[in-house]
Amino acid sequence: MTPEIRTVFQIAGIGLLVAMLHTILKQSGKEEFAHWTTFVGFVAVFLIVIGYVDHLYTEIQRVFLSQ
Amino acid sequence: MRLHVLQLAGIGLVSTVLIVLIRPHAPQIAMLLGLVAGILLLIPVITNITTVISALSDLANAVQLDHGLMATVLKIIGLAYVIEFAAQVARDAQEGALASKIELAGKVGIVILAIPIITDVVQALAHLLP
Repeated sequence: MTPEIRTVFQIAGIGLLVAMLHTILKQSGKEEFAHWTTFVGFVAVFLIVIGYVDHLYTEIQRVFLSQ
Repeated sequence: MRLHVLQLAGIGLVSTVLIVLIRPHAPQIAMLLGLVAGILLLIPVITNITTVISALSDLANAVQLDHGLMATVLKIIGLAYVIEFAAQVARDAQEGALASKIELAGKVGIVILAIPIITDVVQALAHLLP
């Protein structure tokens, strides 16, 4: 399992977990918590994504813009 | 360095299945997963394109092309890749208007990069014409 596919599965896992927590919290009448769970999950995934975007941009800069 | 196309296709397939699985329950995270999958597919391609670029540079040297010209063309290609990627992400997230604006920014940037070449061509034409 390469690190790339591991990241994909990790994010998918966080997504499913967040969806599940959202449903459970909503069923038990805690709408406020449900929304915060979604938000925290989004931020967690976003922190992973930011690193990859940075990597892509530096790579493009190295390959195309430093001639 | 070899490009593992089969591996990349596998990552694409697995990501597609997972995105379709997640989208109805958590659309925000499905969008981010699509973004990550796109980046993971693009990084090996960008890294391997160095081979093509060095071959092109050799050709340019062989015909004694101006080095600045080659650098400008490469810059434009890189800019086009980034702009296209960002616009596609925006379009995936149902933000077509934003995608069009990103593309507009890219087009203006490319024209600004190409201005020296355009001036050269016009000056050469002016020399040719009486």
